[in-house]
Amino acid sequence: MEWLVLIIVVVMLGAAVAVLLLQHYLAVLAAWSVVSLGLSVLFVIVRAPDVAMTEAAIGAGLSSVLFALVLRRVGLWRIDTGVPGDAVKKLPGREPQR
Amino acid sequence: MRQYNSMRRLTSLLFLAGLGLLLAAILQRLNFGQPPMIVGDAINAAAPAQVGAANLVTSVVLAYRGFDTLLELTILFTAATAAGLALGREPGDRLADPEAGPIVRAGADLFFPLLLVVGLYIIFHGHLTPGGGFQGGVILAAAFFMPQLARPASRLEHRMTTLIEGLAGATFILIGLLALFEGEAFLTPLLGVGTLGTLLSAGTLPMLYLAVGLKVGAELAGLLASLAEMGAEE
Repeated sequence: MEWLVLIIVVVMLGAAVAVLLLQHYLAVLAAWSVVSLGLSVLFVIVRAPDVAMTEAAIGAGLSSVLFALVLRRVGLWRIDTGVPGDAVKKLPGREPQR
Repeated sequence: MRQYNSMRRLTSLLFLAGLGLLLAAILQRLNFGQPPMIVGDAINAAAPAQVGAANLVTSVVLAYRGFDTLLELTILFTAATAAGLALGREPGDRLADPEAGPIVRAGADLFFPLLLVVGLYIIFHGHLTPGGGFQGGVILAAAFFMPQLARPASRLEHRMTTLIEGLAGATFILIGLLALFEGEAFLTPLLGVGTLGTLLSAGTLPMLYLAVGLKVGAELAGLLASLAEMGAEE
């Protein structure tokens, strides 16, 4: 069991560092939800299934969607519609991302 | 400017030192690995006979700490209402986003009934197995967000979610008030304990969790939908 915990903790730490280093906001979000997912597996291992469920549903699922929608709202990420002329508006100081 | 920066660093250092001192003081008084609380053991011993929920977490969340859960729901409601106020502008005749690709559309069609069943299962079995109203409600919200992800033109009925949310919240309080007529304290479980481990056990706890699940699900589905309908920055 200990090696499993070790693997999960290493993956979580890697994902947490990736959150700091990645450039694309959506990639940051994905790495961040990996941290939550690893945490929920850890909760299962320490026999807290209720907390694990909450962590998986809210931490990894719902808040990632929420953050993605907010990123879209504030213009840091746009869905590629494929329509010509639908260029991403460049924000001052930030590179537009697709 | 430089002076200001060094001032800020000094303040941060002072703050860090203070925090470290506090944590060290707490750690010194704490016997590691020996919980000073005996409430947990007492509840573990008494809950199955008193409440009748096979999931002891549920008997704490809804029976022993029912009022706490009601306030939690209130906090969630306030947060969702505030977000709704901040986002509450009508989408108007803004063009909806184009439909997603076939993979996302097929996945949404496939996952919608699956998530619905899983969410309702978790809510209805909240007093038997891990999970309950909060977790199941979030899964329900995800289920209702899925079709919107695939087909952004289809809008969620906000009037419906608000209605469900209000009714569920009122039901929770009403069940709590019913205990007062029985001469018990607010939110005391009624209807007897039942057989431990069966679906119809633990008195009013399953009803309370159903109300919690519907409320949380409707609230979060409405929040996600209004965020998605806002679309990108114009």
